[in-house]
Amino acid sequence: MAKQISVFLENSSGRLAHVTRVLGDAGINIRALSIADTSDFGILRLIVNDPDHAYKILKDAGFTVSETEVIAVRMPDSPGGLADVLDQISEENINIEYLYAFLGFAGGDALVIFKVEDIKKAREVFEKKNINYVEAQDLYKL
Amino acid sequence: MTYWDQEKECMARDNLEKLQLRRLKETVFRSYAFVPAYRAKMDAAGIKPDDVNTLGDLQKLPFTTKQEMRDNYPFGLFAVPMSEVVRIHASSGTTGKPSVVGYTRKDVDTWADLMARALVSAGADKRSVIQVAYGYGLFTGGLGAHYGAERLGASVIPASGGNTQRQILLMQDFGSTHLACTPSYALFIAEVMHDMGIDPAGLKLKAGIFGAEPWSEQMRTEIENKLYIKAYDIYGLSEIMGPGVAIECPFRTGLHIAEDNFLVEIIDPVTEEVLPEGSLGELVITTLTKEAIPMIRYRTRDMTTLSNGECPCGRTHVRMQKVLGRSDDMLIVRGVNVFPSAIETVLLGIPGVEPHYMIILERQDNLDIMEVQVEVSEDIFSDEVRKLEDLHKRIAKELESNLLISVKVRLVEPKSIPRSEGKAVRVKDNRKI
Ligand SMILES: [Zn+2]
Repeated sequence: MAKQISVFLENSSGRLAHVTRVLGDAGINIRALSIADTSDFGILRLIVNDPDHAYKILKDAGFTVSETEVIAVRMPDSPGGLADVLDQISEENINIEYLYAFLGFAGGDALVIFKVEDIKKAREVFEKKNINYVEAQDLYKL
Repeated sequence: MTYWDQEKECMARDNLEKLQLRRLKETVFRSYAFVPAYRAKMDAAGIKPDDVNTLGDLQKLPFTTKQEMRDNYPFGLFAVPMSEVVRIHASSGTTGKPSVVGYTRKDVDTWADLMARALVSAGADKRSVIQVAYGYGLFTGGLGAHYGAERLGASVIPASGGNTQRQILLMQDFGSTHLACTPSYALFIAEVMHDMGIDPAGLKLKAGIFGAEPWSEQMRTEIENKLYIKAYDIYGLSEIMGPGVAIECPFRTGLHIAEDNFLVEIIDPVTEEVLPEGSLGELVITTLTKEAIPMIRYRTRDMTTLSNGECPCGRTHVRMQKVLGRSDDMLIVRGVNVFPSAIETVLLGIPGVEPHYMIILERQDNLDIMEVQVEVSEDIFSDEVRKLEDLHKRIAKELESNLLISVKVRLVEPKSIPRSEGKAVRVKDNRKI
């Protein structure tokens, strides 16, 4: 399990630049990021090297921020790699709220961040099925 | 129950009405004799002071409007020579000239007395430490509350408005028990306190006396929960006197109007017809004791209802409900009357939504477009698009079903809506009509 930082953005690219600048100035490294965009607003989701610090920095800068539990899964970076994992998850009736990929992950594997409805259950399933998820402390270090 | 002036506040209705009639006749007589504008109006309406023999005869008299105050700028409506005037206040005119009011020594005295009455009604006494964070100056709020608190014998901190961190410091160090300011400023103080990491539970603050702008029940709850105080609504306007015209009692089922000093009516703002008790309409006030600038049937522009029912506090004076809005703040959007306060009420009814909003009006292709910007607080923020979209839809739906017009809702980042340190500005009307 890992902590994701979510940030509310009014629909403006200037605000995204501002978030990343604020984090950069505080020495925080962004490891993975996704933006869910609607015509009215955006939600920026981040995996960073120090989520608690990032949360505080962004909050102090006046952003609406939340911390969310997500799960990072390591899978072979080959055709069908993600499909195999998704199949196994759906067999167990785990609801996925959203997912996105990790940036530039070395070692020939891919890393995908999942937000699921029931994270405890997902973890049990992953263990049972031998799906390779990454512990938080390892993830932040990557 | 503690009163400041039990004899007047709990006077039997028939005695009160006798007192009102005597004072009304005197006011009409003096206005006719000493204010040319009143005399001209009454002559035009064919009314002489002697025609006023019952309280019902009040309805024969012409109304007085804010416009007339501007037309007689600055001292045209004064009924006493300037040598008798000891104080001048003025209300900021958003358009045109301000309206100017004067006070004789006795007026200042009556005002202090009514304000002390209000403070006692809100639980203050001579041991209280009252922090006055209304602006001092031409605005009546600061000095009005100040004189009342002194009259009561409380310790007054004349903090005036603004400099919020210092306000909080004063509360901590001087042990303020009562705060007098606008309700939006009280919320702002609570927010700054939160940002400074100060827990209001550690303060001596017990109650707030909030007025000078319309506010909702939800906003009251919000202030009370954030500052751990009891919030009382006080009503007043400079044209009539200033704060202290009406005040809530501990039962808070409306604001008791100081009827020994003011005669009130509710009218339809469009037809000017006097409405029966319990109707929503514009509050009209006639002053009964003002010397320097008596007001006959002054149209306050404030929309409210009156109720005469008995109050468990023992006060016999009529109660007005919280002001719903100003008849001239009332926005007309596609022909529908919209009060900003109604929007606030809807927003605050949705859990987690902060009362920070902005109304933007535009006109596109001869059609009014109303956008309501709502801040996304941490309480309502979600990392899931669907949840935020549901919230967005819910706000729009509830606004539409309450206001009966379509509303474009925009979720915005916190603090992107300017915070006010005085009266809140919540409407940006960009329509070019
Ligand atoms: Zn009462």
